[in-house]
Amino acid sequence: MRWECHLPVMTALLFGAMAAPAQAATIQITSTDLVFAPSEVSAKVGDTIEWINTDVFVHTATARNGDFDVNMPPKKTVTSVLQKAGTVEYYCRFHPNMKAVLTIAP
Amino acid sequence: MFIRLSAAIAALSLLGGPALAQGAKPTDPQIAHIAYTAGVIDINAAKQAITKASNKDVKSFAQDMVRDHEAVNKQALDLVKKLKVTPEDNDTSKTLSKQATEKLAELDKLKGAEYDKAYVANEVAYHKAVNGALETQLIPSASNAELKSLLQTGLKIFQGHQQHAEQVAAKLK
Repeated sequence: MRWECHLPVMTALLFGAMAAPAQAATIQITSTDLVFAPSEVSAKVGDTIEWINTDVFVHTATARNGDFDVNMPPKKTVTSVLQKAGTVEYYCRFHPNMKAVLTIAP
Repeated sequence: MFIRLSAAIAALSLLGGPALAQGAKPTDPQIAHIAYTAGVIDINAAKQAITKASNKDVKSFAQDMVRDHEAVNKQALDLVKKLKVTPEDNDTSKTLSKQATEKLAELDKLKGAEYDKAYVANEVAYHKAVNGALETQLIPSASNAELKSLLQTGLKIFQGHQQHAEQVAAKLK
């Protein structure tokens, strides 16, 4: 088999590998004693956020721009997948003094 | 209405006054009683609001108050049990309860939007007063570290409620 025959296959493999999305990460954000921690998190579209609520209170992670609204039952962990890029300020609807920022890269 | 609000605030400011005579700091059993009573008062006001409120934001705010204050009070009960402390009734708790009963009766006479506004306005003022008492009297006076830390969590919860109540109040205008 000649070299030329291999080229398209190799190209496909190479570009295929490049086009495959980078491994999506799982990032933990806790709410403890009415504080989101860490208060600033950088992530990418497709990443999963594990929202860990250690409080005995229900909290929400509600994006000010409406991009997400996650309900966090007491003493539970819930997950959500980031769908949209942007710098998103979010807060708890029940305790608006809880505020944090998620920076989501495309 | 403002006379009533200031009455509630005056009750809480008794903490620094004659209710606890000779400028005595409230003791941990008294602090536990005051904090628990303050929670019960807000739960009772919220239960009234759940049946009387007509605005859906006001109703769901009231449901949030019941849920959160019951959770805080459950923690408080668990803590006093663990510490083997018996909450001790005192003049501040008594005055708070008396004012709250009067306030409930007053709110009970109102209807519709008028009730909703009065309930939410009272929630803003009441949480503000409780937060002031927590910050300046109850937290600094608490000697047990776990009680102090529960009061600090309580303060953050109540500050959250105050902001939430302010937002609901702003939407009613």
